[in-house]
Amino acid sequence: MNVRVGPWSVRLAPRALLVSVILVAIGFAVTVAALSTGEFTVPVPDIISAIFGQGPPVAELIVGKLRAPRVVTGLLVGAAFGLSGAIFQSLTRNPLGSPDFIGFTAGASTGGILAVVAGGSAMTIAGGALAGCVVTAVLVYALAYRGGVQGYRLVLVGIGANALLLAVNSYLLTRANINDAANAGAWLTGSLSGRGWDHAVPVALALLVLLPLCAFIARPMRMMEMGDDAAKAMGIKVEAVRAVAVTAGVLLAGVATAAAGPVVFVALAAPQLARRLTRSPGVTLASSALMGAVLLTAADLAAQRVLAPTQLPVGVLTAAIGGTYLVLLLRKDRH
Amino acid sequence: MRPAEITVTAGAEQRDDGRRAKGRPSMLVAGLIVTAGVLALVAMASVALGARSVSFSTVIDAFVAPDGSSDHTVIRELRVPRMLLGIGVGATLGLAGALMQSLTRNPLADPGLLGIDQGAALGVTLALGLFGLTDPVVYVWFAFGGAALASVVVYALASAGRSGSSPVRLALAGVAFGMVCTAIASAILRMDPQTFDRMRFWLTGSLAGQTADTLGRLAPFMIAGLVLGLLLARPLNMLALGDDAGKALGVAVNRTRILTGVAVTLLCGAATAAAGPLMFVGLIVPHAVRALVGPDQRWVLPYSALAAPVLLLGADVIGRLIARPGEVQVGIVWAVIGAPIFIILARRKRVAAL
Repeated sequence: MNVRVGPWSVRLAPRALLVSVILVAIGFAVTVAALSTGEFTVPVPDIISAIFGQGPPVAELIVGKLRAPRVVTGLLVGAAFGLSGAIFQSLTRNPLGSPDFIGFTAGASTGGILAVVAGGSAMTIAGGALAGCVVTAVLVYALAYRGGVQGYRLVLVGIGANALLLAVNSYLLTRANINDAANAGAWLTGSLSGRGWDHAVPVALALLVLLPLCAFIARPMRMMEMGDDAAKAMGIKVEAVRAVAVTAGVLLAGVATAAAGPVVFVALAAPQLARRLTRSPGVTLASSALMGAVLLTAADLAAQRVLAPTQLPVGVLTAAIGGTYLVLLLRKDRH
Repeated sequence: MRPAEITVTAGAEQRDDGRRAKGRPSMLVAGLIVTAGVLALVAMASVALGARSVSFSTVIDAFVAPDGSSDHTVIRELRVPRMLLGIGVGATLGLAGALMQSLTRNPLADPGLLGIDQGAALGVTLALGLFGLTDPVVYVWFAFGGAALASVVVYALASAGRSGSSPVRLALAGVAFGMVCTAIASAILRMDPQTFDRMRFWLTGSLAGQTADTLGRLAPFMIAGLVLGLLLARPLNMLALGDDAGKALGVAVNRTRILTGVAVTLLCGAATAAAGPLMFVGLIVPHAVRALVGPDQRWVLPYSALAAPVLLLGADVIGRLIARPGEVQVGIVWAVIGAPIFIILARRKRVAAL
């Protein structure tokens, strides 16, 4: 469906639009549930007044200081992972080419733990995670390069890199003292507990810059899924688009890991679920980001409530759900 | 490796055997003896070297004439059990990897990569963390349960698709299942910080911290797995030509598969219960061995079982020497050595193209 306004035209897929609206609605519902329920129930009207700074002080403290940063971080991190996963799955033309599967998030954790062990501040940890992610991505791509990067080779090389980095991570954990190790261990499973606004802001900034960029390259990326030659024939600067996409994907995975730790399987599952729901032939960027946000916040809500009072790190839940999903994916895989 | 390729190489090898039937086996036997000799040397080095190295003569004295000095106590009570544990774990993992690669005809098969070690580790975590069972003879059964479950699930997953099992599918199914097991195990450990502290070394794969008692209790399981695995060489050789050819040669295909599964479960379960999940040992050793002795399982299996402990003990010694007075867990040393080799294997066209 094409919508023309003057010289501009936008192509709209009604189903994708409907799915996006539904996802936003679910995300909103989960957000409200996460803000209002818990050990201390805040009624919905109080949430609204608390957000505008006119509610009862208790509600303001609980919603504004404790629950809202956690939910917002979850939404942003989920969106970043979903988008990053969609970018890499589109580039590798393979659902398993997600950053959490091919070592990028493990590399980010290595950088993060190094910063934790060195006693760094939140900013240093974020920087370490980002640097680790970028270095790993460069290495994995370089190692998988053999006259072009092929999907499955990249995935296998990534699995190898992942194993290596996980070993390095556990080595760093055993070298740390028990408190550092427990802290880093919690971060390593991926957790949203105790997240403040300072965790949410970097992710928000990254999304603010990179989302428009991704919207800009979404169409050429769709063309490139048909093969580089076909895309080139249609006048797309394949190498330039790929460079931009990889940069955006790595940065998104890096900032998301810095904020919440390596939450596995969101980047893998969100684009695939979105693709199936929208019945789109390829990976869709926008709905993947929305799906990631919904998945992560819903998983975090469940992680807090399922075994209450024990608080599970959200990464445990996404791994259990996502692993099961991957199993289903492999059952149907035609390769 | 595609079955067709195996058929070709196996055929060539058999012709080769026929031509040089007298020379080759004796050379291979000599090779086995040399490997055993190297293993003995590495074992000596593993007893002598460490955070505090002692001379070989002191090592010998510790057995011939123990005088109760601290050196002798360290050797008798710490280093020797550790060396024996390394030999046991190395032999079991090497053989398990060779068996798996042969059964699945998959060059990427490895107990750690295919999630079997992680399944066993989940079993041990359940036993220790949730049920508080600390007797190795009890929790090794949980390890067997986890390993068996993992083998069945991963193998079923990998062969469930329309095109049957392929190396990449098997590796992916294994990695995915391993991730789920690790996630559940870490959830259990998160609820219990004390168990987490005790198990974080074990979870990396380490030969340290096991007593001679534990080793003695796990040894019967390891030996049972080793004997069963080595006995499967002949039927596995025939299955290398394909299931149909194997049937025609009189192999009970399903029985061989199940027995191999039992052997792999015994080997991986006991090894993981003793030393934690160790990746890549079972992957790389059989590859190196096949390059040296050819595809005949009657040689590949014993060579793998002898060569793997050499490398495992070697890595353990390296781990102790590079971080004195502390040590790097052998699982980490192996991952650092093994992951690049895995990447080289994965880069080969034959694997990536499948």
